[in-house]
Amino acid sequence: MTPNSAPALSDLATGLCIVFILLVPFAAAGLALINTGLGRSRSAAHAILASLIVVSVAAVVYFVCGFSLQGVAGGAAHSIALRGDGWNLIAAQPWFLRGLKLGGSPASLEVWLGLLSVGIAAIIPLGSAGDRWRLDACCVSTALFAAIIYPIFAHWVWGGGWLAQLGTFYGLGRGFEDAGGTATIHVVGGLAALSIAWILGPRRGKYAADGMPAAIPGHNVVYIVFGCILALVGWCGLNAAGAILYAGVAAQSSVLIMLNTTLSAASAMIAALVLTRTRFGKPDASLCANGWVGGLVASSAAAPFLPPAAAVLVGLVAGVIVPLSVEWLDLHLAVDDPGGAISVHAAAGLWGVLALGMFARFPDAAQAGATGAGRQWLAQIVGIAALLGFVFPLTYALNWLLNRYVPQRVAREGERQGLDLYELGAGAYPEFLTHSDDFLQR
Amino acid sequence: VIAPDIVPAGTNSMKLAGFLLLPAGLLLVASALILLAADGPRATFVFAGIGVEILGLVLVARAHLADTETRE
Repeated sequence: MTPNSAPALSDLATGLCIVFILLVPFAAAGLALINTGLGRSRSAAHAILASLIVVSVAAVVYFVCGFSLQGVAGGAAHSIALRGDGWNLIAAQPWFLRGLKLGGSPASLEVWLGLLSVGIAAIIPLGSAGDRWRLDACCVSTALFAAIIYPIFAHWVWGGGWLAQLGTFYGLGRGFEDAGGTATIHVVGGLAALSIAWILGPRRGKYAADGMPAAIPGHNVVYIVFGCILALVGWCGLNAAGAILYAGVAAQSSVLIMLNTTLSAASAMIAALVLTRTRFGKPDASLCANGWVGGLVASSAAAPFLPPAAAVLVGLVAGVIVPLSVEWLDLHLAVDDPGGAISVHAAAGLWGVLALGMFARFPDAAQAGATGAGRQWLAQIVGIAALLGFVFPLTYALNWLLNRYVPQRVAREGERQGLDLYELGAGAYPEFLTHSDDFLQR
Repeated sequence: VIAPDIVPAGTNSMKLAGFLLLPAGLLLVASALILLAADGPRATFVFAGIGVEILGLVLVARAHLADTETRE
């Protein structure tokens, strides 16, 4: 066990953090609207309700045991000694937040932000599992995610774990850095989305016998675009609060963080717009929206450390990666991801993690004490190795096991009928006529 | 009623091999950090670890692609 102490925050930083954390639920609302709009109309109520349910399940499970595994930097933890260095692997806090002073201390703000962040991460797989994920299986999968997967990786990055210690032990810059949660929230959520999409398989009728995918467009572009705007508000809060709490950035840097977040999203959207316009002759609304969110995701890790021009570059690359990744997964890997969650959160997120290593400029005060600043990129690559080599297999294995006992995919009849009627007994738009071809057996 | 998986045995072993390569790559990366001090060899082994993970991902993706084709 390694005991330490968390640094205190000024009154200004504490007050700003509270305001920023209050904005974070907008990110969850934005993602929920985007996922709902990109799904079918006959599963819309299910999609939006499932978002609220996973946020609730994740929050309660995180309160019960998740935070005890994540902990705070400098808190009690289990370590193993490897050639003289104590690799901090997992926190050892009491369950139910016992012993934690919840009076505005940095640790209490981290718990509050963690409670919301785990919900955002848990919403991400709903995007790839649209129109076919059973609600009860979704709840159990979310509980496993919030109890085990998210807290362990969050401890490694934000709780003083071995990835955060890479700078101290091995001279790799500041250690793995992820101020706003690009890796900890989005790539972890995106890899869970990939696991779920593979375990569930594609929607019926998505792929013809010759392997060609059918286009199943989202049912409401208005939800999607409004969700993008809401997400920007939430992301500004998430990135700023994360930077203050997890990266020790001064509260005055909040303006730069929000500027970079907005620029990254805007440039990613423009890149996706130009790319889809060039390739398909007309801009694609859903891919442009996905590009926007991809820009937000890519900005999170490095927003406090980038000059605005670099934030634009990060966004432009994310805006190219997302549509190409969506097309590649759909056409070549037969991964049915209605919400584009894997491309937006995992692919753009991995780019955001790398971009920090390439473009970040750390302020002198924050740099003090860190050695090997030029090796920050290697710390980021080690973080990516941990995501692919630990988080992904663990997520897949847990969901595969769950699928053996609680089948995750809805029955054929449920898919034909739509999840609204089949699982909830009522549709999202009861006064609307349903298109008859929605009920054709595929 | 959930349709039973009709998956050729070969894809399961390919999937398993892929999933074993993923943590193997991470072990290579961790070993490079612990055992190597010089920048060049350490970076080389870290990239080798990432390469092993990518190979694992490719195997898993190919196995799932075969599963999907079988289902369809």
